[in-house]
Amino acid sequence: MALSAPANVRAPSSAGPMIWRIARSREVTLAAVLIAVAAFASVRAPNFLTADNLVLVTAFAAIIAIAAVGEALVILTKNIDLSVESTIGLVAFVVATVLKQHDMPVPAAWALGIGLGLVLGMANGVIVTIFKVPSIVATLGTLSVYRGLDFYVANGHEVNLVDLPAGYSDPAHQTLLGFQFGGIGFSGIPIFVILAILVVAAVGMALRYTVIGRQFYAVGSNAEAAAVIGVRSRLTVFLAFSLCGMLAGIAGVLWGIYFGTLYASSASGLSLQVIAAVVVGGVSIAGGSGTVIGAAIGALFLGLINNELPLLKVPQEWLTLVYGAVILVAISTDALIQVRSQRAKARSRVR
Amino acid sequence: MTQSKPSPSESNAASPGVIPPVALSGVSKRFGATQALADVSLALLPGEVHGLVGENGAGKSTIVKVLAGIHQPDSGAVLLDGKPVLLHGPAQARSLGIAVVHQEPRLFPDLTVAENVFMGHTPKGSLGSVNWREMVRSSDRIFESLSVQIDPTAVVRGLSMADQQLIEIAKALSVEARVLVLDEPTASLSAHEVERLFAIVRQTRDRGVAVLFVSHRLEEVFQLCERATVLRDGRHVITAPTTELTAPDLVRHMVGRAVTMFPRSHAQIGDMLLEVRGLTRLGAFRDISFSVHAGEIVGLAGLVGAGRTEVARVLFGLDRADSGEVLFAGKRVSFKTPSEALGAGIAYVPEDRHLDGLVSSFSIAENVTLPILPRLFPRLFTRKNTERDLAADYVGQLRIRSTGVDELVEALSGGNQQKVVIAKWLATKPKVLILDEPTRGVDIGAKAEVHRIISDLAAAGLGIVLISSELPEVLAMSDRILVLHEGRIETEIPRAEATEERVMFAATGQNAEEIVSGA
Amino acid sequence: MTNDQMGVNKPADASAASAAAEAPMPAGGGSRNMANSARAILSGVARWEVLLVIILAVVVWWGTRISPNYIQPDFWNSLNFGASVSGTMEVAIMALAMTPIIIMGDIDLSVESMVGLSGAVLGTLFVAGIPLQLGIPIVLVVGALGGLFNGLLVTRWGLPALVVTLGTLALFRGLCNVVLGTSYVSNFPSNFTAFGFGYVPGTDVPWTLLTFLVLAAVFCAVMHYTWIGRQIFSVGKNKDAARYSGVRVARVRTAMFVVSGMVAAFAGVILALRYNSVRADNGTNLTLVVVTIAVLGGVDINGGKGTIPGVIIAVFTLAALQSALRLAGVSSEYQNVAIGLLLIFSVITPQLARQLRVLVDRIRQSRRRPARDPVPGEVVR
Repeated sequence: MALSAPANVRAPSSAGPMIWRIARSREVTLAAVLIAVAAFASVRAPNFLTADNLVLVTAFAAIIAIAAVGEALVILTKNIDLSVESTIGLVAFVVATVLKQHDMPVPAAWALGIGLGLVLGMANGVIVTIFKVPSIVATLGTLSVYRGLDFYVANGHEVNLVDLPAGYSDPAHQTLLGFQFGGIGFSGIPIFVILAILVVAAVGMALRYTVIGRQFYAVGSNAEAAAVIGVRSRLTVFLAFSLCGMLAGIAGVLWGIYFGTLYASSASGLSLQVIAAVVVGGVSIAGGSGTVIGAAIGALFLGLINNELPLLKVPQEWLTLVYGAVILVAISTDALIQVRSQRAKARSRVR
Repeated sequence: MTQSKPSPSESNAASPGVIPPVALSGVSKRFGATQALADVSLALLPGEVHGLVGENGAGKSTIVKVLAGIHQPDSGAVLLDGKPVLLHGPAQARSLGIAVVHQEPRLFPDLTVAENVFMGHTPKGSLGSVNWREMVRSSDRIFESLSVQIDPTAVVRGLSMADQQLIEIAKALSVEARVLVLDEPTASLSAHEVERLFAIVRQTRDRGVAVLFVSHRLEEVFQLCERATVLRDGRHVITAPTTELTAPDLVRHMVGRAVTMFPRSHAQIGDMLLEVRGLTRLGAFRDISFSVHAGEIVGLAGLVGAGRTEVARVLFGLDRADSGEVLFAGKRVSFKTPSEALGAGIAYVPEDRHLDGLVSSFSIAENVTLPILPRLFPRLFTRKNTERDLAADYVGQLRIRSTGVDELVEALSGGNQQKVVIAKWLATKPKVLILDEPTRGVDIGAKAEVHRIISDLAAAGLGIVLISSELPEVLAMSDRILVLHEGRIETEIPRAEATEERVMFAATGQNAEEIVSGA
Repeated sequence: MTNDQMGVNKPADASAASAAAEAPMPAGGGSRNMANSARAILSGVARWEVLLVIILAVVVWWGTRISPNYIQPDFWNSLNFGASVSGTMEVAIMALAMTPIIIMGDIDLSVESMVGLSGAVLGTLFVAGIPLQLGIPIVLVVGALGGLFNGLLVTRWGLPALVVTLGTLALFRGLCNVVLGTSYVSNFPSNFTAFGFGYVPGTDVPWTLLTFLVLAAVFCAVMHYTWIGRQIFSVGKNKDAARYSGVRVARVRTAMFVVSGMVAAFAGVILALRYNSVRADNGTNLTLVVVTIAVLGGVDINGGKGTIPGVIIAVFTLAALQSALRLAGVSSEYQNVAIGLLLIFSVITPQLARQLRVLVDRIRQSRRRPARDPVPGEVVR
């Protein structure tokens, strides 16, 4: 449930259920499945465990994870943002274009991209909270509009790696904290992954340890009760969309670095993958429940499957099928658990 | 609507020296046709538990909601330390020291117990961050003092109703309240938990907090309260120390409402239509047996939550029974869906007409024909005129006042909406009609008409089950009255022997002999 | 609640309102009926559909300003979405099937993948030597089964339609990929492909347009003139009341998912025949356009409201807009911007009108009777 479980101050007798609850939590189950799948892959496909492959997989998963964290914030408040793919595509292209055409320092271009993401997210937030357009419709609209802006900026061109500063794409393959000690070598953690971990930690901590963070859950869990105790739900929802846009902005910057070559249609169809990661990660589409760490693990899980199937000689065509099956299995197990607990609840009311 | 007769508040005035921390002064509140509260005054004193009793719909919950800041009085005021305040909302009420335990838990199902207890006044650490450790520890302390076992780190979804009720109570105890309002807090608690709660309430009282205890369990009122107030029809009846009252006194004050009833013509009782044997649904009701004959009106009396609606839901195929059987026209039946029940000839006028009874943005005609569409139009295509004629028929019969059958039901008054609901079920030509609170929120004139309709229907040979919280209504209409108490049939009273006292005693689980000796 | 009850966009009972306007009640109360029908006409004027028609007219006018050819030689073709990427008649028929689903408060995101899957199955069967006469019915059954799968997951397990169909969006596309791989099928018999891009003999009307109009008539009849439609609206407006009234809510919802699956499969067939080619990516990104048309047509995404005529007008509005933009030399990418903006404004406008009306009502009410007696004294803090 939580980034770090609160200290168990109860008597040892209650420790049992506590452990049971952790074991049952989606994050832990998913991580276990993840490790199992990875282990299976490394046995069947020796290529899987090579450093290059791992960096490739995790760096891309990190991009999705960062976007998924933002999407999770929105879904927690019982809304949805379908426009993240367009935000990512637009930001990626704008940053690249700025670097190509103007002599702008790279960090400034990145800041511009993240700021652009924030603005696009805020626009979503305004449409949803002030004009009260249902989020699915609002972001369906901005999905087209933001993509259209992307085409406007691109104006029929694309940006290639050669247009960008030398070594622009290198960070995607670089790692930190690597070491070589005697026979044991560790190639380090990809920079993107470290970034994703930082984002997950920051947002996770904020959700858990700030009053505003808890209000995200309160609004999604029971909007009526939240209003009764004076939570400003519209402000909360606006904040969720803004942050989602900003994180999509970060993901867009990373996307540009990762691929180097950018088209106006970059990242098309990515929203599905991001939302799938969030749902698989145990965030309830009905709002109020789930964690950003779950969303990030969900992204990693999908990324892993994405990478593994070809290595396991499963035809690429099966990938989408597996995706769909994973989503359906994830939500069905949730539903079954809930039905069961509700039945148990009804029984416990016996007079 | 202020009354012309002298306000009873004088009799309620506390000893002049003490200024009550919270009081109601001449509060009135109206919802549509219903006068929920009329000029009610009430003073809660520090260090005292004040009981508030009354029939269903007497205005108890409205008082709670006014104190909680959910409703604002139409006239009159809430006095805090003798000064009038306007409570805008629950957050403000709580910040002023009024802690309220609502009857229905209003919790965040996805959050932990501790968070629910402290939502709105979360303990913070050095950096202004949420202090989980402190939150869990404080919740633990509160639950310990209640001597209940609830894990503060558990998620609320999946906890039992009793646990959720206890969390509501813990929520109220987590603030330094000057006034504690408890609205039917014991409804889903076990005897042991009730004992613990009472001990806590007494401790709280001894700290100088004023407590308002709303309950329909009279024995609890006598156990816990120093003074008690009786409400009837939204009006203040009496406030007196509990030592000067007896249970029969309270019941007599609660009943005896002046309502003109439609006189019911003598019943022609026919064949048995519906028989229920040992029907049980766990958590709702147990071992219910009764029968309904053609031309008979069977009243189901009891307090809210006694299981009346739950029985009706099973009969109508909305819920399933765990054991027992239902015989309809001599045959064993078990309906899985309302459409099966309707097909067999059972209709149910639900308790909440806005939520369950009507599609409010449909016209009268469209609502009336909704349950019989496939039967009415076997060729798939609807025909406006058929529909209109049929609806117009019922509009005439039931004297529904509207601009025509094409009028949207949301534009009708409460009484006329209720008649549309009845019309809708009559159109299905049922053999047994179950009416759940058919006159709730209906004005007096329309009420009498609804009673006339029910009476006529019985005379026409329908078997009718009448669920009502209005005692005079049940008494005037029913041929037999079944009184439910906590999910069981407490007693069955034939028409001739039924009195309001007797029904109310059974409904509150009192021994029948007591009235005789008490009266 | 109150928000839903008032508003410009209230097409709930097209039949009731229009019938009241046409035919006064047979018996008595003449003046009352006059007032009634006057009100019906008034509320009709304020309807979203009327606004849409105005938008359509403006677009057509604009189109003729850009090019005098806009209407004259090739009118039907210009309404047939032509070469535009994002919209075709396939999209239009799927929007018809999407309408009852959204009205009941659900959504079906999987339709675009069903388009791909049905094309893939059709192509594979064709390659295997099964004639299209047999292949097409099989494909429709596949569509129905896919819809049934969606419907059962939504109604039996109580899962939100949004995530279920998000899952099947991927699942059906995956099946499509598996069935077809990277290969593609073409060279369908010309008598069938003529159905995809040919014209009804002796007219300027494309077969696909005729198909759409026939289906539109069927959907309009079912939704607004049969009791099935009435039950669908009752489910959308108040699920509990519908259930209490004996409407088999789960069955109706499931049935509409089945219809949606079948229509999507049929759209896949048309698409395959129109392109005379089946590829694994047939139909990608069409769902967004389908939902856009429905919402633009006045269907409330929260359920309960919407009309088939509205959706039909939305189809033509969008088609006219796209061909006008095309004539103006706007590329399809920018056309999407116009569609996206139109979508957002189509929801904001009634919303603003509603808020305005609430405001006006409030002002009027406060004038009629003075506000509640002020409570004596000040708020104590």
